[in-house]
Amino acid sequence: MKPRSSGLVGERLRRNDLIRKVRGEVRYTDDLKLPRMLHARLLRCPHPHAKILRIDPARALASPEVAAVITGKDLPRRFGIIPWTPDEYPLALETARFVGDAVAAVAALSERAADLALRQIEVDYELLPSVKDLDEAESKTEAGLGASGRDNVSKRVDLAFGDVEAALAASDLVVEGSYTFEGTAHAPIEPHCALAQYDGDGLLTLWSTTQVPHYLHRELSRVLAVSPARIRVIQPPIGGAFGGKSEPFALEFAAAKLAMVTGRPVKLLYTREEEFYAHRGRHPMAMRYRVGARSDGSLTAVDAETRIDGGAYSSFGLVTTYYSGQLLTLPSFAPNYRFSSTRYFTNKPPCGPKRGHGSVQPRFAFECMLDRVAEKLSLDPIELRRKNAVDASSTVNGFRVTSNGYLECLARVEEASGWKERRGKLGRGRGLGVASSAYISGTNYPIYPNEMPQSAVQLKVDRSGVVTVFNGASEIGQGTDTLMATLVADELGLDLGAVRVVSADSDLCPVDLGAYSSRGTFMNGNACLAAARQIRDKLVAAVAAKLEVAPRDVFVSRGYLCAVGDERRAISVTDAIALAEARFGTLGATGWYKSPEGLGGDYRGGTIGASPAYSFTAHVAEVVVDEQTGVVRVEKVWCAHDCGRALCPTLVDGQIEGSVYMGVAEALLEEHVIDGRGLHRGPNLLDYRIPTSLDVPDIVSILVESHDPEGPLGAKEAGEGPLHSSIPAVANAIYDAVGVRLDRLPFSPGRVLAALREQGGR
Amino acid sequence: MLPLPRFTLHRPATIAEAAALLHHLGRDGQLLAGGTDLLPNMKQGLVGARALVSLQRIDGLSGVDVAGSSLSIGAMTPLARVASDPRVREAAPALSEAAAAVGGPHHRRMGTLGGNLCLDTRCRYYNQTYFWRSALGFCLKKDGTVCHVVAGGQRCVAAASNDTAPALIALEAAVTLESVRGARVVPVGELYTADGITNTTREPDEIVTRVTIPLERARSSGFEKLRRRGAIDFPLLSVAARIDRDGDALRAVELVVSALAARPRRVAAAARLAPGARPTAELRAQLAQAAKKECRPLDNIEGDPAWRHEMVPVLVERLLARLGVG
Repeated sequence: MKPRSSGLVGERLRRNDLIRKVRGEVRYTDDLKLPRMLHARLLRCPHPHAKILRIDPARALASPEVAAVITGKDLPRRFGIIPWTPDEYPLALETARFVGDAVAAVAALSERAADLALRQIEVDYELLPSVKDLDEAESKTEAGLGASGRDNVSKRVDLAFGDVEAALAASDLVVEGSYTFEGTAHAPIEPHCALAQYDGDGLLTLWSTTQVPHYLHRELSRVLAVSPARIRVIQPPIGGAFGGKSEPFALEFAAAKLAMVTGRPVKLLYTREEEFYAHRGRHPMAMRYRVGARSDGSLTAVDAETRIDGGAYSSFGLVTTYYSGQLLTLPSFAPNYRFSSTRYFTNKPPCGPKRGHGSVQPRFAFECMLDRVAEKLSLDPIELRRKNAVDASSTVNGFRVTSNGYLECLARVEEASGWKERRGKLGRGRGLGVASSAYISGTNYPIYPNEMPQSAVQLKVDRSGVVTVFNGASEIGQGTDTLMATLVADELGLDLGAVRVVSADSDLCPVDLGAYSSRGTFMNGNACLAAARQIRDKLVAAVAAKLEVAPRDVFVSRGYLCAVGDERRAISVTDAIALAEARFGTLGATGWYKSPEGLGGDYRGGTIGASPAYSFTAHVAEVVVDEQTGVVRVEKVWCAHDCGRALCPTLVDGQIEGSVYMGVAEALLEEHVIDGRGLHRGPNLLDYRIPTSLDVPDIVSILVESHDPEGPLGAKEAGEGPLHSSIPAVANAIYDAVGVRLDRLPFSPGRVLAALREQGGR
Repeated sequence: MLPLPRFTLHRPATIAEAAALLHHLGRDGQLLAGGTDLLPNMKQGLVGARALVSLQRIDGLSGVDVAGSSLSIGAMTPLARVASDPRVREAAPALSEAAAAVGGPHHRRMGTLGGNLCLDTRCRYYNQTYFWRSALGFCLKKDGTVCHVVAGGQRCVAAASNDTAPALIALEAAVTLESVRGARVVPVGELYTADGITNTTREPDEIVTRVTIPLERARSSGFEKLRRRGAIDFPLLSVAARIDRDGDALRAVELVVSALAARPRRVAAAARLAPGARPTAELRAQLAQAAKKECRPLDNIEGDPAWRHEMVPVLVERLLARLGVG
């Protein structure tokens, strides 16, 4: 049964910040300016691995324009987003671990003065052995980048479900393959920025471009040794994050400390180059797969071995290592599975979560493998996926599945793309490829273990007919503010403009864990609905009393609460608010969400990858390959995504389009390369190319609604899932077009041409 | 963001005033046209000048005219206008295509023809921030003593990256340079040198004021650019061609390949193979292979040099085919 709605949910509405964004009225962090504000910059290490022998800021401090210089010694406490692996200092204390690692911070009267002062700080380094890639990370143990100092290992996970060797031995077909991904960056339009103020009452206020204001609040308190009660974290609107702002960064600690030292507000804005050093981008991975199948197409076993290049620090690496295996077991899979994943440290900018954390790379490999299995068995790759669709309520690694629109996703892209009629028949040079995937709607467990809600809102109801949502969640462009306004307006019969959303301010809003792991719609949506329904019940009760009918005989329509059966007997929402306030006192409500207990597999690590619900995606890509130049053009992508229910369909379309944009970019263009010296190959947007509007394929987004029983009005995530299978769909389409299998991303013209040459030579 | 270094901005009203200023400022002075290349370079600490002499207030430096038997284009004409002007499109398609291929719409609106001709050469080891270059140990072109492209190299091999240069060379265009010493006219083909540090023969106090392109009958031309994206990118390789016909035969073909090294390369084989020949597919293939043989891309800009080399004959063939050869 579809939940009752008063008409806004599911409608194609304009997002509530659209006009202000288009008019340039939204104030991002760098737009904020405070009286007497100083500007800070970070001094970064020019060596891939070096011991810091001495830092002398005397010459910098001699400038009348320089207010303060701080070094690692001023902030000697480690931090890290994962409580078990805190291995970063805000400013490197004894050793710097990559070209670009921050070693000192300077605050000055202007950005220019701060920049010039950096060159006046003298640092003596002693160079240490460095590790440039995965092969060196394995062999060059003397670099000692790991926690033990005896190797370079960051995290190792070995898990097995069923008897993989026996199942492979009993298979009619075993396909093996190796795949390589070099790494990509988030490249948000808005660089990281933090503004800190330390006032006379001893209150530290930090405005920051963070996706995780609550975790930042905790880490600021720990590292600065300031009570959390003396810290306020505010997250202004964000101009793109994609996972790159989902943990604390050097600039936040440095700006805060400099504000405390100088007694003046301090702003620190990263340059575009520094974005590539802060990084936390998608991990480079080297992946080896074996996939077994019976001749009828049923998969028997999957065996995966993955080496992960983590860069200099742990970041989310523990989770990444698990995700590289754990998130593969939907939507088409085998009953036996084993994976071994090892994350290594290297002397490169630290990797972290990027849209589709840890699972986009294995998805590329596995979906290419499925295409090969289908080919060997002369099966349609869509049929192969259908045949192996996981239809049980639990995956091989123990994850609960409550709703599953996967088969509909497959059917919809099959139909929309003309798959049956067109695939393999488009002539040499043009092809179609399919791939599919699944993703979490939030992690079931918070990053630091606790029993409290994971998301919460407070509603304040005004007699003017305006409702304000004080929302802990982080609006990072994905549209949570609009979604919450839609849910509240829909419940209460208000116009979208009558609901205001104040979000991500630790003084004003209840705690939400942040915008990561695609948790917003599911968790924040449920929290918001819970609060809105309390207000709704009070309005209904007050109106029922006034109209002298039973509460169940009152329904909420647009602008009015009406008596069932006699719609002329109606009271406007504003009047209903007055009635309710007179009857119940001042109106307000809190709502929260906490995920179900006990989800996940009953083994070590079995909770990582557990989610209250999973989304499903299928892609078909159509490509044209120029065999003279090796240039691949993705002409069109059909993406069907099961988001449970599209509460704001325009936002879901936007997430699908953004995901396909990003996926195709990673398939063809983007490559985050650090050279043998540890130098970034081109830390700017000329050399690190992201697609222009001319480079984007036609995108057909298809919304599939499986109505999750626990989702808010049935909804699940849409922010990350639709990226995953876009990359292997392109790879498989290239094979359909010209018959070459590409196992290394991105599919640059040189690589495509080389593969075509090899094919011709055979 | 990266701060722009402090500088004095001069905005003279006449060429004479600008020339005098430049002469007076010497090494401290630098011409500013559209600024799309200069200002980012200044942010990266690549420009030593402490004073900029802007040409934007000088009248008469912008516009397209037909003067006698040539097309005359003011140096301050925005690239967008060069690209869209119907007379340029008709008489010098190689130039309009090249101008349309520069950067993105914003660059073409701000950037000028004269500025593009004087564009600094580019290299992966040069067009980086001060910090990045310091981590590298700097390079021959700026602040350092070694070349990172050619180990042990003593000459800078940064790449000419201006799209309009090969087109204007192919079109036999000339530039007018004005200074306190008067005006001189230099064929664009002689403007560039093989030195990546400063790849033009323009004196530091000379101002490019005008570009003239001879109008010839039975002439066609075109431009091809290799890049990874539909806009913004500098060329990974560029090819300009001019074809002069004499009845059914070819009178002359000029092929210019650029974005390889500091000087755009004129394919020598064209002068040997084309005159008097028929515009056949065989000739096209010969010219393409000759161009490949004469060009040797280096690892000086983004993009696999081997692939860029492979693309020389592909671009040449495509361009010549488009111009009716074969």
